[in-house]
Amino acid sequence: MELLVASAIGLMTAAAVYLILQQRTFPIVVGLTLLSYAVNIFLFSAGRLIANKPPIISDADAYTDPLPQALVLTAIVISFGMTALIVVLALRGFLETATDTADLPEDELLRDTEADR
Amino acid sequence: MTAANVATSWIIAPTILPAITAAVMILVWRRDIQMQRILSVASTFALLGIALFLYSAVSDGETDAYRLGAWPAPFGIVLVLDRLSTTMLVLTAGLALAVLLYAIAGWDKRGRHFHALFHFQLLGLNGAFLTGDIFNLFVFFEVMLIASYGLMLHGGGARRLRAGFQYVAINLIASSLFLIAVALIYGVAGTLNMADLAVKAREVAPDNQALLQTGALLLLLVFAIKAAFVPLHWWLPATYAAASAPVAALFAIMTKVGAYAIIRVFGTVFGDGASGDTLAAVVAPWILPAAILTLAAGTAGILASRRLLDLAAFNTVASMGVLLIAIGQFDADGLTAALYYLVHSTIAGAALFLIVDLIAERRGDALDALVPHNPISQAPIIGTLFFFIALAVIGLPPLSGFIGKLLVLNATYDASQQWLIWAAILVASLMMTIAFSNAGSTVFWKVKGQVTGPTWATARVMPMIVVALLVAASASLAVFAGPMTKMLHATAAQALNTPAYVEAVLGRHDNVEPKRPITTPADSAATSPAPIPAPAEH
Repeated sequence: MELLVASAIGLMTAAAVYLILQQRTFPIVVGLTLLSYAVNIFLFSAGRLIANKPPIISDADAYTDPLPQALVLTAIVISFGMTALIVVLALRGFLETATDTADLPEDELLRDTEADR
Repeated sequence: MTAANVATSWIIAPTILPAITAAVMILVWRRDIQMQRILSVASTFALLGIALFLYSAVSDGETDAYRLGAWPAPFGIVLVLDRLSTTMLVLTAGLALAVLLYAIAGWDKRGRHFHALFHFQLLGLNGAFLTGDIFNLFVFFEVMLIASYGLMLHGGGARRLRAGFQYVAINLIASSLFLIAVALIYGVAGTLNMADLAVKAREVAPDNQALLQTGALLLLLVFAIKAAFVPLHWWLPATYAAASAPVAALFAIMTKVGAYAIIRVFGTVFGDGASGDTLAAVVAPWILPAAILTLAAGTAGILASRRLLDLAAFNTVASMGVLLIAIGQFDADGLTAALYYLVHSTIAGAALFLIVDLIAERRGDALDALVPHNPISQAPIIGTLFFFIALAVIGLPPLSGFIGKLLVLNATYDASQQWLIWAAILVASLMMTIAFSNAGSTVFWKVKGQVTGPTWATARVMPMIVVALLVAASASLAVFAGPMTKMLHATAAQALNTPAYVEAVLGRHDNVEPKRPITTPADSAATSPAPIPAPAEH
C-alpha cells in the first residue's frame, strides 16, 4: 500500500509540475488542481497508513491518527475554493484579452509609454 | 493581577474585530459606501487602540498565551502575545489606518467590497502574527491571501486580471509547499504547536532528522516566496505595480509577514542561540546569499525601471534584501536591526506607492512613465514629499532609512562575509540614489508646457496629508531611534529566547484545568485542527 500511495503522489506531482510550466492558463489550472490532490494525499499519509481503524482515540491501541484527517479537510476546502477563484480569473482574463496565455500583456503596456515620447 | 493577565482575554480581539467589521459591512451596508467608510475607519482606530494596549501589556517582557476554547496547549490552538507579535500588530494597524484614510478619498469606490476585503486582510495579518500553531499559521496565511486576491483585483482591468492570475497561481503553489512541509514536520515530530515543536524537534530520532530538515527547508521556501527572496521574487513587481495604490501600500506589510514567519519559526521555534546543530543552522546558510542576491536584483530592477510604479515595486524587493541580510545573522543585534528596518521599510515603501499614485494622477496620459511631460500641479508639495520619501527608501540622512541601514551595517560588522554585505548594501544605496535622482528630475524638472492635474480648488487634500504623516512617521522613527532600538533589542532577545517561549505557552503555572479531550465533534474538525493528544507511535 505504501508503494502504491507514494507512487500515486509522485506521479501526480510530476504531472502537476509539467502542467504548471505550460504557458496557457488552462493547463496551469489543471496542474494546480493535480498538485493540491497530491498534497492532500501526502498530508493524509503523514498520520501513517493504517487500514480499517477508526480515527477515534480509545484506550486500545487500535486507532488511526485523526489530526491529519482534520488537516486534510481544511486543506481540501481551501484548495477547492482557490481553484474556483483561479478558474474565474482565467476565464475573465480570456474574455477581456481574447488570449489565454499566462504572461502579462507586455506589448500593449509599452506601446502607451512609447506613444508619449 | 498583572497587566498581562488582564490583557489575556484581549489577545483574540485583533482577529475578531476585523472579522465582525467585515461581516457587518457585507451583510448590512453592502451598498452604502458612506457607512462602510465610517465603520471601516472607526474599526481600524479601535484596532490600533487594542494593538497599543496589548503592546503596553507585554512591554514588561512577559509572554502571554490565549488558549482557544480553554483547551490546554499543545492540544488546542494557542495565540501567543509577546513583544514581537505586538510590534507587528501595532505596525499593521498604523499602516492600515493610513492606507484607509488614503483610500476613502476615492479609490475605494472604483470596485466593490473594498472595505470588507480590507478588514478580512487585517484579520489574516493579525492572526498570522498572533498564532502559536504552524497549521493555524497556514490557515491565517490563506485568509490573508484570499482577501489580497480580491484587493489586488480591486479596480479591474485586463492588466490586473493577468497579474492577478500569476499572483494567485504562485501563491497556490506556495500553499501546497506549506502543506507538504506541515505534513513532513507532523509526520516526524507529531505536533504542530510551535512551543511543543521547539521541544519535540530536538528529540526527533536521528533516522528522521533528514525528513525534519526537509520540512524546515520547505517552510523556508514558502516564507521566501512570501518575502520575495530571489529567485522567488518574480511575482512581486508585476503584482504590486498592477495593484491599485492603496492596495500596493497595504501589501508593503505582506512581504513582512514572510520575514516575521522566518524570525518566529527559525528564530524562536527551531533556533536555540549557541548550539550549532539546530534546524536554524540548517537554514541559515541559505538566507544570506539569497538576501544579497535579492538586494542586487531589486537594485537592478530599480535602475531598469521605466515607470515609477515599477520603481516602487522593485524598491520593495531591494528593501527585503537588506531586511533578510539582517535576519540572516540570527543574533540579537541582527534581529534588532532587522526589526527597525522592517518598521522603516514598511512605512517608507507604503509612502512611496502612495506618492507615485499622487504623481500619476497629475500627469494626464503619461501617468507614472519616466518620460518628460507637462509640469504637475501642487509640484512644490508633491516634489518635497517625493524627495523625503526617496531619502528614506534609499537610506540617506536624516530619515529612518539611514539609521536602519546603519544598524544593519553595524550588526554585520563581525560577520564572516562582512566585506560582501557592506559592499552590497553600500553599492546598492548608490545605485538607488542614481535611479531616484533620475526619476525625480525627469518628473519634476524635465517639464514643458501647461500645468496638468487638479487645481487647489479641486485637489483632494487628505491623500497628501496621509503621505505627509507617513513621512513624519519615518522622521520620528529617526528622532526616537535610541528608545526604539532599545525596545527592539529587548524584542529581539525575547524572540530568540526559546525556553521562555516554551515555558509561557506550555507552562502549567496558570490556572487552566488540564482537561483531557476524549472525542471531538466531527464538524469542528473541518475548520480547525482537532485538539487531540500527540499521535500514537506506529
